[in-house]
Amino acid sequence: MQEPISTEEGFTRSAVKQLGVFSVLAVLVIVAVMYTLNFLAGITSSDATSAVSAVDFENNEISVFLRQDPPQLDSTRSTDVVSGTVLGHVMEGLLRYDENFEITAGLAERWEIEGTKATFWLREDARWSNGEAITAQDFVFAWRTTLDPAVGSQYAFIFYPIKNAEAANTGDMPLDSVGVRALDDRTLEVELEQPIAYFDKLVAFSTYFPISEEFYNSTNGRYGAEAESLLYSGPFKMTSWVHGASIRFEKNPYYWDADNIHLDAINIAYITEDTNTLLNLYKDNRIALVDLTAEMLEGAMQQRWHLDRFMDGSVFYIEFNHRPGRLSTNLNLRKALRYAQDDGELVDRVIKLPGYLPAKSVFPIWLRGVEDTFREEYPAPESEYNVALAREYLEKAKQELGITEFPPIVLLADTSPVATISSQYYQEVFKKNLGLDIVIDPQIFRQRLAKMASGDFDLVLSGWGPDYNDPLTFADLFASWNLNNRGHFDNAELDAQVRIAQNSMDQKVRMDAFGKIQDILFDEVVFIGNYERGRVYATNPQVKGILRRAIGAETDFTRAYIVPETTVP
Amino acid sequence: MWQYTLKRLLQGVITVWFIATATFLAMHSVPGDPISGERAATEAIRANLAARYGLDKPLGEQYVIYIGNFLKGDFGISFTQQNRQVNDIIREHFPVSATLGILAVLFAALGGVLWGALTAIYRNRLPDTVIMFLVILGISVPSFVFAALGQLALVNINNFFGVSILPVAGWGTVSHMIVPALVLGMGTMAYLTRLMRSSMLEIIHSDYVRTAKAKGLPAERVFLKHQLRNAILPVVTVLGPAIAAITTGGFVVELVFAIPGLGRYFVQAVQQLDYTVIMGTTVFYGSFLVFMVILVDLLYGWIDPRVRVQ
Repeated sequence: MQEPISTEEGFTRSAVKQLGVFSVLAVLVIVAVMYTLNFLAGITSSDATSAVSAVDFENNEISVFLRQDPPQLDSTRSTDVVSGTVLGHVMEGLLRYDENFEITAGLAERWEIEGTKATFWLREDARWSNGEAITAQDFVFAWRTTLDPAVGSQYAFIFYPIKNAEAANTGDMPLDSVGVRALDDRTLEVELEQPIAYFDKLVAFSTYFPISEEFYNSTNGRYGAEAESLLYSGPFKMTSWVHGASIRFEKNPYYWDADNIHLDAINIAYITEDTNTLLNLYKDNRIALVDLTAEMLEGAMQQRWHLDRFMDGSVFYIEFNHRPGRLSTNLNLRKALRYAQDDGELVDRVIKLPGYLPAKSVFPIWLRGVEDTFREEYPAPESEYNVALAREYLEKAKQELGITEFPPIVLLADTSPVATISSQYYQEVFKKNLGLDIVIDPQIFRQRLAKMASGDFDLVLSGWGPDYNDPLTFADLFASWNLNNRGHFDNAELDAQVRIAQNSMDQKVRMDAFGKIQDILFDEVVFIGNYERGRVYATNPQVKGILRRAIGAETDFTRAYIVPETTVP
Repeated sequence: MWQYTLKRLLQGVITVWFIATATFLAMHSVPGDPISGERAATEAIRANLAARYGLDKPLGEQYVIYIGNFLKGDFGISFTQQNRQVNDIIREHFPVSATLGILAVLFAALGGVLWGALTAIYRNRLPDTVIMFLVILGISVPSFVFAALGQLALVNINNFFGVSILPVAGWGTVSHMIVPALVLGMGTMAYLTRLMRSSMLEIIHSDYVRTAKAKGLPAERVFLKHQLRNAILPVVTVLGPAIAAITTGGFVVELVFAIPGLGRYFVQAVQQLDYTVIMGTTVFYGSFLVFMVILVDLLYGWIDPRVRVQ
């Protein structure tokens, strides 16, 4: 029998009871919807993030991350680091870099570079991941495709040392006039415009990877868009790729050196650039490697994580605008700016990211010289933090320019966090030490490039990453003809030294030229160094043999292996 | 009713066309272009690329071509992922964002109604005070803080139990959805709770509720039919824009939980000045928003007979 509810209290009780029923129903609805949506998602996409742990000893596989979905796995058009990292695992060219960063045999078992002629002999057991032989024609096809004007490859210039390559790329000559020929299935002959000392290093670059013409044509312009629309020549093959979510590499049984590839699979289980998320995933034992920021470093050391560091190859600096009429053309002003700042302070007290080093030279510390590293053999001229000297130069600059007060100077910069704090640092020290007003012009990436190209700046925060392991990849940055010389610096002596370095076959002569370039860049204050970028990272103690480096795959798991848990101290 | 629906849909189409045109013009007036990379390209290479994407044509012609392709449902090829169709990007990633968004809105709406009704019933008593305090937190704390805290909590819980209770990040199973959806819906839930509470309080004291009670209707019926149903109306009104806002605004949550949603592509496209992806995602999201608003207006009439349009 139901009591008539007359009091407010009873009414409340009844209402709460109904809300209770409501919430149970609500939870049921949510659960039902979740499973329905998951079911629907299962119809459209094939794979899910596999919830495996960082190291799977039984199945001999590891899980790692990528910062972003690889934008371009078509090697003829790929330009970025993330795509380069993926390609470095699943593709191989004629030559490759070994553990010690030296050029070694890849798909070519031997090679000969003499004068303007280079010959590569392919291995008999060089095979695509479908078992078919990789032939010299596959290289000819890939290289010509890159140079095809219709493809519009941004990295076509990397082939320009090859005879007629530039003319073919601009459409002035037919593609079959390019100096690359397959003498037979296993012999590739390359004719160069002129002898160059670093051609072997260029050949290791990803744009030089082979592509099977038959397969490329069968993808209907979608070559490299999905895991199935690629044929693999490297140690691993991609067996699944869920865009933005996960990628799986499995060992390529047809790889010529498969005996020395130890992992059976690599899962790229997470794709995000959020450093805290990655740290949490590492703590949760979901990924085998994580990059650390300064705040994370202390905790990592307390937990006794296995830490390592490497330089990712890039150098960052302030570039000046040398176009006529700009204040920054004045050498004494540039000197004043250099002496008024302290690159050590920028790196240690402002950016505070572990692994970063002050940039003393445009040539990073890891570059090879004749015997030792370049920077050991040719030490960079030392600058100093000297405010008095800086002010002296500023006075000279004022006299030369015939002004008593400097107008505001425009510092163009990226909107990334590091660029933001760096530009604020310079704004402050130049104001404090020189009384100069710096106007920061923050622009997103493409707009900064547009402004740099049109010369709409006095100073710009800029940087450069290497294409190949030779100092030339940095040395020609400020050559008058280089399109990347966006400040239009023009110095005949520097140009002459770059020509020597490009044309000489004698390493000593070339390194001397680089040494002179380093001095000219310092004397003329062509740039103010900010930092060389490096990273400190933690790795799972069970995983050994991970390589991280400045050129090619930034993080290289191809030769990694797992040790049993018991052997880890 | 049909006439009204048709009229609203027509208005929607015009709105979407306007969005497309405005975005097109704004995007092209920004300095820089999608084909300039870190490596400065020679004029020849640039010309090759421009020709490939039709950027060498005058802007007016590009617009006509664009609208033509758009009417055919073709958004073109991405500039940053040169072998992917924008249609593919939307088709693959929008369902993920939508799933997350639908769940978040469900959490928000059901939770909001529940907590709102509860606070109204217990007004000025302890449950009311506690919930309203949490509501203020929920409204004022941005979702990326909830996301980071939620994830940190998961790591600690998993470590504490030594097994994985819920995944820390990633996407693909039901267990991956719970925490991101809760985090994403938190702000809206708090907002809806407050809305529901005030609307409930207004209705509890209304004449028809007193009449219903006086007639001796059972408490359940009074609460359900007279109070809850009427109080829910304002909540439904804001639900449409909320669904659109949550679905399109999940960028941060998608980033933190490594979820392959469309939000990330949308933001990246703007940063990279990827013309085709900007246009595709903006027009798509714009249509979605417009459609949601229309849908809610129609739904409104269904729930409240008084505003049913003749």
